[in-house]
Amino acid sequence: MTLSFSALSAFSTKPRLGLAAGLLIAALLQVCSAGLDPYTTQVMIFAAINVILAVSLNLVMGETGQFSLCHAAFMAVGAYTSAMITGKALPSILPHFQWTGSSWASQISFLPVLLCAGLTAALAGLIVGGPSLRLRGDYLAMVTLGFGEIIRVLLQNTNVVGGARGMEGILPVTNLFWAVGGAVVTLYTMMALVRSTYGKGFHAVRDDEIAAAAMGIDTTSFKITAFVIGAFFAGIAGSLYAHAVEFISPEGFNFLRSFEIIVMVILGGMGRPVGVAVAAILVTLLNEWLRDLSGYRMVVYALIIILFMILRPGERLAPWWRQLVSRLPSLTRGSAGTKPEIPS
Amino acid sequence: MSSMESALLDVRNCSLRFGGLSALSDVSLTINPGELVGLIGPNGAGKTSLFNILTGVYQPTSGEILIEGRRSAGLPPHLISRLGMARTFQNIRLFGSLNVGMNVRTSFIARLHHGLIRSVRRGRTFRAEEDRISKEAGRLLAYFGLEEAATRPSRSLPYGDQRRLEIVRALAAKPRLLLLDEPAAGMNPSEKDQLRLLIARIRTEFGTAILLVEHDMKVVMGICERLIVLDQGRVIASGTPAEIRANPKVIAAYLGEPNKKGADR
Repeated sequence: MTLSFSALSAFSTKPRLGLAAGLLIAALLQVCSAGLDPYTTQVMIFAAINVILAVSLNLVMGETGQFSLCHAAFMAVGAYTSAMITGKALPSILPHFQWTGSSWASQISFLPVLLCAGLTAALAGLIVGGPSLRLRGDYLAMVTLGFGEIIRVLLQNTNVVGGARGMEGILPVTNLFWAVGGAVVTLYTMMALVRSTYGKGFHAVRDDEIAAAAMGIDTTSFKITAFVIGAFFAGIAGSLYAHAVEFISPEGFNFLRSFEIIVMVILGGMGRPVGVAVAAILVTLLNEWLRDLSGYRMVVYALIIILFMILRPGERLAPWWRQLVSRLPSLTRGSAGTKPEIPS
Repeated sequence: MSSMESALLDVRNCSLRFGGLSALSDVSLTINPGELVGLIGPNGAGKTSLFNILTGVYQPTSGEILIEGRRSAGLPPHLISRLGMARTFQNIRLFGSLNVGMNVRTSFIARLHHGLIRSVRRGRTFRAEEDRISKEAGRLLAYFGLEEAATRPSRSLPYGDQRRLEIVRALAAKPRLLLLDEPAAGMNPSEKDQLRLLIARIRTEFGTAILLVEHDMKVVMGICERLIVLDQGRVIASGTPAEIRANPKVIAAYLGEPNKKGADR
């Protein structure tokens, strides 16, 4: 617990150290997971996947200020792409290897599979984002909503991927290392990006497009970049998801799924990657606790959002968190780490 | 095109029409490197329209604009800005969620060596460039007396400082031409005095040419060496402050003509 806490705070001050610590934690979790019961492992994997989804959508909604209602569709693109690769392509190209979830062949080939899923989703992001990001606000929301439905209907009517029945028997390759590692890499990428001078372009576009363009910032290219990166990580999340639950169907990636991710971003305080990651974990746990309520879950979500809008706990927690982080280096490393960082 | 090589900004016979309404008709003007030119005119004279076609917000209906000999018509605003032109806004447009230092750093984005991948990798050259940028931004802030405020949210600054920060942000883009859109608007007399000193300093220290749109005659007359007067979308006069002050057309435009009904303008 303290280890993961210091990894989170390292993300805030020294991103590369945070990345190394996070990956180490992912590996340790995998090693220790033999002692965990399958249910706990599953919930942890779902939490990690939700962190990837929420933190990547946060780049589009929170940092760049563009409304997107099709994050689940990018997830679907990634999920189906990788399910096709591991289910059909790999076994037919390399029939000599053993293709089971824990075999070394499938574990090693999972990294390129994940990247393929991400790149395909990124391509989908480019196709949607390219023309539609010239639109603003409501119009963009409508286009992304439409795209999400198009993907779902396309999948439902494509027999190769099982149509409405979905695909089953997907290799269970996803384990805690891949899921948590993916979440760590996503969080690192977003934190590094948002902290860099380049990444300030996303904020400039969000705050004032006219002023941003007057400063020589290519606003359209920044919006598309945010969209494509967001789609890339959503694709990876989709791939992890498919190989964790072993069954995917178009209905699993409908509008409600997108909405659930939006809820995480809003609860996490739009534009605060760490907050969004924490919110994603909490919503996952909430999902498990509210399992008995089934359909009424959405009512609880809506209530929570309303409460958050009124109480704004994010704004109250953020200064507290920043203070904690700025104190932490001196707590863990004596007084060596008090050198002020570049203001961000 | 090569005949006017020396002009920094060359506006040639530009017109801007919205349907039947003519916002600018046949406007021509030039600005030379390092010059400080004031653009004045009564309300609705077309000052903001001229600014908007210069910065690419609108495309001129006819005519052309050359920035250092390069045609700017048809380019989107961000590319026009990269030709060496930076601006401030009449209604201040800072990046409200970013702090003061980060507002200045956004000006470096257009000239970054590292893009997406290098920003994520955070290698040595990336960190060197980030260091250089934050030093340069810090130096600019210090030069304009804003270094204490570097980590404050930009929207928490007092009004005069916000205006100043906008100018610093524009200067950080290393423009050869700086467009100031009513920088004295909403300032009190002492802030206006400070602004005059500031503009004079920018010229001497940075060598930037400045086109200043301003309502406040005291500010304009005090610092500009050349004035251009717009009225009803046309340039009606151009010259030194003394000449402009004595020009009957300018007086007529501002105060109206006593007894010429339906003058042929």
